[in-house]
Amino acid sequence: MSDPIKVYPSKPQKVYYFGTCLVDMFYPDAGIAGVELLEREGIEVIFPQSQTCCGQPAYTSGYHDEARSVARAQLDLFPEDWPIVVPSGSCGGMMRKHYPSLFKDTPEATQAAEIAGRVWELTDFLLNVCHIKLEDLGEPVTVAMHTSCSARREMGVAEVGPALLGQLKNVNLVEQIRPEECCGFGGTFAVRHPEISGAMVEEKVGTLVDTGAREFVTTDCGCLMNIAGYAEKNGKPLGGQHILSFLWERTRGNQGGQS
Amino acid sequence: MSETIAKAHPHVDVKEFHPRAHAAIHNPKIRQNFRKAMDGLMAKRTAAFEGWDLETLRDLGANIRMKALSNLPDLLEQLEQKLTENGIKVHWAVDGDEACRIVRDICVARDAKTVIKGKSMVSEEMELNHYLQDQGIEALESDLGEYIVQLADETPSHIIMPAIHKNTGEISELMHEKTGTDLSNDVEYLTASARQQLREKFMNADVGVSGVNFAVAETGTLCLVENEGNGRMTTTVPPCHIAVTGIEKVVPSLEDVSALLALLTRSATGQHITTYFNMISSPRKGEELDGPEEVHVVLVDNGRSSIYQDDELLDTLRCIRCGACMNHCPVYTRVGGHTYGTTYPGPIGKILMPHLIGLDEGRHLPTASSLCGACGEVCPVKIPIPDLLVRLRQESVDGDRLHPAKVRGHGAKRSTSEALVWKGWAWMHASPGIYRLGTGVAAKFRALQPSKAGAWTDYRTAPKLAAKTLHQRMKERGQ
Repeated sequence: MSDPIKVYPSKPQKVYYFGTCLVDMFYPDAGIAGVELLEREGIEVIFPQSQTCCGQPAYTSGYHDEARSVARAQLDLFPEDWPIVVPSGSCGGMMRKHYPSLFKDTPEATQAAEIAGRVWELTDFLLNVCHIKLEDLGEPVTVAMHTSCSARREMGVAEVGPALLGQLKNVNLVEQIRPEECCGFGGTFAVRHPEISGAMVEEKVGTLVDTGAREFVTTDCGCLMNIAGYAEKNGKPLGGQHILSFLWERTRGNQGGQS
Repeated sequence: MSETIAKAHPHVDVKEFHPRAHAAIHNPKIRQNFRKAMDGLMAKRTAAFEGWDLETLRDLGANIRMKALSNLPDLLEQLEQKLTENGIKVHWAVDGDEACRIVRDICVARDAKTVIKGKSMVSEEMELNHYLQDQGIEALESDLGEYIVQLADETPSHIIMPAIHKNTGEISELMHEKTGTDLSNDVEYLTASARQQLREKFMNADVGVSGVNFAVAETGTLCLVENEGNGRMTTTVPPCHIAVTGIEKVVPSLEDVSALLALLTRSATGQHITTYFNMISSPRKGEELDGPEEVHVVLVDNGRSSIYQDDELLDTLRCIRCGACMNHCPVYTRVGGHTYGTTYPGPIGKILMPHLIGLDEGRHLPTASSLCGACGEVCPVKIPIPDLLVRLRQESVDGDRLHPAKVRGHGAKRSTSEALVWKGWAWMHASPGIYRLGTGVAAKFRALQPSKAGAWTDYRTAPKLAAKTLHQRMKERGQ
């Protein structure tokens, strides 16, 4: 009944990198930062050029035939036994948690379940598989963090971001009230129910600004474009970054971990 | 029994969901009342489970409910037999209308004119108060929250705290206007005034109607959880007690009740135990001095047996009606209970109501969620609410040929244009070459990206396309 306990693999030589469509088009810097961090840990990154999207937008909209056809196109991209890392809790959650049910009763059921078991959210992988040690080379800064709902609840990585940021000696991490509350993104929810989503992000931005931090980091690009987009449109003093970009930029001169 | 009710569910009006959401979001009082109340309830729940192995307890709760449901038909037969042996009359109602008629017939047979009611969401489902009123029988709510809601001629905005949308000032004004109490912000004074008025009604009521929290099959016991003592009064003072309950409330044994009760009160109000816990097992016996002469149970189906037919949807019936899902729901907190227009609001309403009113009527319900998962995380019996919402979204657009939709009113939200958009989206994303071409072209011509993107940009700036896609940059790196 309880969610299965995560069993982390030992640090592999190689990983497959599933970049996600939002990172691909809007935040490729975050994707590259994730690659750099992995490579600095001595891991070879395989990026299958045929990857597109995990299929989640159609899945959560109820169009499961369409979600399945897109997800099916990803299944053959990871033929060897390497872990599959994803710079997003949301897309990671789709692949890890929902692929098995999406492909239930199909010829791909076994393959989908096998792939699901190899999917890791990237910050979780860096901390708990690579045992990354970060050396902070940046100026002192105060940041807040928003962990996406899927990273928190589907991938179980709520403690990971703060633990990574905690390694950075010049970073003062402050916590907003109700950190676990959704920012209001929710994929198509934001356009199907714009006023409700708008009310949610308004409060989220308010609590983040109230921390005194002028920037926040997050595990997911959906939350990032929602929260930062609201702050920008409404003139709130809050900038946002993907946590991978933030970690990479503050430690990029550091080659100490390279094997 | 041949008559039909003209409009069975006058309160169910899901179609106006968006206008009501708009009004609630722009009503600072509503926003404040709900935010404050939900913050308080969340904190109380957290405190109440401190020191408990919550995951193990939730597993236990889930297992008890799943075991009960897996054996539901047999348990219901056993329950009927035991209740009957105990002298309690058992009635079966296929829907709310039939349940109303059963209650009416019992009242008529006793020449009853006044009914006092304990809190019961099933009676809300049945629209019992209005029905009885139309039949010339006065029904008065005795739970303080329900009493307030009835005074205001409203419906409950929360399944545990029906008047949570009102603050003390609003309640004071309402009571002043309707019952002549003094205007006061003293909660004790207001409560005492209501109590005074209700006490008289208890003494004169011909029939008491209550809900049921757990019906124990092994012993034929009806368990009722409450804080105000009104439940005990309702079930013991009038000469006749009618309990109405959904058929899913049955559990095998008293032992099962202890775990569920521990979960229920902590999840609902953050209490270790409620002030009253009633166990009703028979009418007044020969030499007993109090208690009703007659006890009836109305076991109401109202769509539940159709939920029962599906292995996945079945999980909906695990619910023990604690309300924790709404207390933790960021959507519910913003729009309040009335916005949903349904008997059960919030996450549990979104997965239950489509079965009661049809997915055509309730088409907005499954989408009104960001799928954040807070509800599933706190559910004491581990109902996978987000998964069930996705299932109902699939049902509402007939979106899965492998698993054809079956909920009443399925497919009502499917539109040709939207289906076509998803087909096109799937074609592009299932064709890697086309995808790379498309995203590459978008990046190249990103200067042409419109600054407006529908409802998204009403609240936010549009995300900006990068100059090069990750695919392109990885290719340049030789990866």
